[in-house]
Amino acid sequence: MRTTQVSTLIVAGSLAAAPAAAAPVLTVYTYDSFVAEWGPGPAVELAFEADCGCDLQFVATGDGAALLARLLLEGAATDADVVLGLDTSLTARAAASDLFAPRPATAASFALPLEWTDPTFLPYDWGWFAFVYDKTLVDTVPADFEALAASDLKIVIEDPRSSTPGLGLLLWVKRAYGDRAAEIWQGLADNIVTVTPGWSEAYGLFLEGEADMVLSYTTSPAYHLIAEGDDTKAAAPFAEGHYLQVEVAAKLKSTRNSELADRFLNFMTTEAFQSVIPGTNWMYPAVTPADGLPKGFETLIQPEKTLLFPPEEAVSVRDPALAEWQTALSR
Amino acid sequence: MADGAQPLGTWLRLAAGGAAALVAALTVVPLGAVLARAGGVVMLGPADWAAVRFTLLQSTLSAAISLALAIPVARALARRQFPGRGLLITLLGAPFILPVVVAVMGILAIFGRGGLFNDGVAALGYGRISIYGLGGVVLAHVFFNLPLAVRLLLQGWLAIPAERFRLAAALGFGPAEVARHLERPMLKALAPGIFATVFLLCLTSFATALILGGGPRATTVELAIYQAFRFDFDLARAAALASLQLALCAVTALAAARFAVPAAFGTGLDRPFARWDAQGSARRWLDAGLIGIPALFLLAPLAAVVLSGMPGLVSLPAPVWKAAGRSALVAATSTGLTLALALPMALAVARSGRARTLEAAGMLPLATSALVTGTGLFLILRPLASPAALALPVTVAVNAVMALPFALRSLTPPARDLEAGYGRLAQSLGLTGLARLRLLTLPRLRRPLGFAAGLTAALSMGDLGVIALFADSDRATLPLELYRLMGAYRMEDAAGAAVLLLALSLAAFWLLDRGGRADAGT
Repeated sequence: MRTTQVSTLIVAGSLAAAPAAAAPVLTVYTYDSFVAEWGPGPAVELAFEADCGCDLQFVATGDGAALLARLLLEGAATDADVVLGLDTSLTARAAASDLFAPRPATAASFALPLEWTDPTFLPYDWGWFAFVYDKTLVDTVPADFEALAASDLKIVIEDPRSSTPGLGLLLWVKRAYGDRAAEIWQGLADNIVTVTPGWSEAYGLFLEGEADMVLSYTTSPAYHLIAEGDDTKAAAPFAEGHYLQVEVAAKLKSTRNSELADRFLNFMTTEAFQSVIPGTNWMYPAVTPADGLPKGFETLIQPEKTLLFPPEEAVSVRDPALAEWQTALSR
Repeated sequence: MADGAQPLGTWLRLAAGGAAALVAALTVVPLGAVLARAGGVVMLGPADWAAVRFTLLQSTLSAAISLALAIPVARALARRQFPGRGLLITLLGAPFILPVVVAVMGILAIFGRGGLFNDGVAALGYGRISIYGLGGVVLAHVFFNLPLAVRLLLQGWLAIPAERFRLAAALGFGPAEVARHLERPMLKALAPGIFATVFLLCLTSFATALILGGGPRATTVELAIYQAFRFDFDLARAAALASLQLALCAVTALAAARFAVPAAFGTGLDRPFARWDAQGSARRWLDAGLIGIPALFLLAPLAAVVLSGMPGLVSLPAPVWKAAGRSALVAATSTGLTLALALPMALAVARSGRARTLEAAGMLPLATSALVTGTGLFLILRPLASPAALALPVTVAVNAVMALPFALRSLTPPARDLEAGYGRLAQSLGLTGLARLRLLTLPRLRRPLGFAAGLTAALSMGDLGVIALFADSDRATLPLELYRLMGAYRMEDAAGAAVLLLALSLAAFWLLDRGGRADAGT
């Protein structure tokens, strides 16, 4: 009996797969957590394949920085039609590679805190960096970087040399304080418990109680609230404003499926894609879904001021800002 | 051992040469591919040299302290029998095979700001001690490598024939005389290689050094490579740093091979041990302390990992179990491959007098940068086939080669003893080829082979290695899945996956290592 069932399944499976095998394949390079079972990937694939007459294949590579590195290694010979998962700290370097084609015109109205004019990269979600803490453990929440530096709160941050949030913090301090950035870092030095290679380690240390606050996103408390029913986590609003991270997608110049790639990019601004984002990527969708954001997102802090360097400037301030950071923290 | 040198058979020569070629193909060739793509190397800046200095400092300290502590611990374990000794020895190997992030979390649960150790210190009325800094880096590296050093030394102790201890007892030797005539010669043969192995392991440390080092002061060469690759996409600088790392490795390995003085105990009849030199209650208490205190140091963080992971273990999502199956398959295949590479290399090193180059070649994988190796392999293989299709074969090959230095460290000294003790007899009997392998080599090397197999299986179960550039979501291994869970806020699932990984690694290690010790009678 069992054999029959299995072979029936195989036959059914190959029948279902048969039309897809002849259909064009759209290859989308992305980062690991996008395609995970609990990420947006599975739902996005199902929705897009429902009427594209194509086979959408995700290829996942580490995180955003690893994704760009892979594209730069492959150059024009890449298999990718679309790349999904670069962010605003990487776009200038990505644009300089000359690998990407202009994005299709879109009628969608973006719900970003800034006006989006980039001709190549299409935003699909975004978030503000913030320090996240446990409400039951921290009594006096610092209102800005100077208050944090003056407090005896312990923080864990990510290394800007190996991690996107770490780089975001570096640019955040630089954007907010300009020439005073080095001074701010010197003040923060005794608050920093340690610096981790990536976001996962930092967040893990924070949850284990090694630090009072961790550099993460304003949306992080939504995960704990919605997925775990835990309302003890919160993000601290800082008076200087919060640095923005926008995640983007783009079409490769070398694609042989140009129309299909455009179709996918347009699909990314629609309800079917955008409604999946908040509860899987734990970021704000670039286009607010018709039903609004999931319940729980309304409890998150709304920074009054958004900080962001234009892409070219982000590249030019990066190296001097890193040198300041290293000097201040090496004392 | 020049007087024991014997001609190498054709098959052995071919097998050892092939193994060395594969090692080169997975260490030097990928680096060459990155260099070729970069179009040359660049001069290193002052920040890079600072990273080199810090790396050398922490590696030297970590290796020296690990070895210095391992000697008394292994000595105590070698001369004591107690219930649960076998289990303890297996468990002590666990820190070495855990993924770095998991082990670091375990260490911090005990020694961190809010850890048990600091709670104890605070309860006694003292201020909390910060672990972060050079001290923390060395503490973590000792935690990882002390067990490895203990195990390798313990093998050395167990390889001294029981007859020598009998003779020592008949001559009325006390511990001092046993140390001078039996133990010190054994240590002179093993210690340089073990020091070099731990030193090289610490050389490529990155996440541990950064997290426990507390910030950019603790920048290692591997982190500088990471920065060059990801932050600047500067392949030339990444390749220059990786070349420097490999050169340091080659120098260290050659020096270790030079300083090692082979012991000459002759052979014995494999009788069970009895140690007449270690009696008396004071010595017994001393040994109890020497075993108990390190065991506590090593097992407490593991207990923390297990306790925090148990709740998540029952509800692990299905992909984690699939990844676990894939990891077990990878581990089994890599183990077979490692043994097939290590045995001919060890025998060739043992039989020929001048095999330092071969021995050093076997150490090279220790100092390769995972990032550069992965990138190089990607550049070489991508024109040939889809990287995703190659993910698992590449993982198997890389894991097998990465585990090779440990297998060789375990196999080479006993292979030398084997050749010194039985080589001429075998030759005069005309015992060659498969018959020699079956009748002499495999039975005599059973114990180190089992240990090497266990270690390789456990290491490749837990190693993230170079798969990241190749892997796609359908082919993730368990460690990669664990990192993905952590990256998606799912810390509880990640902790559960860590316990699963720990259990699988230990089970593999125990099964294979036990198989090797079945004849030991201890």
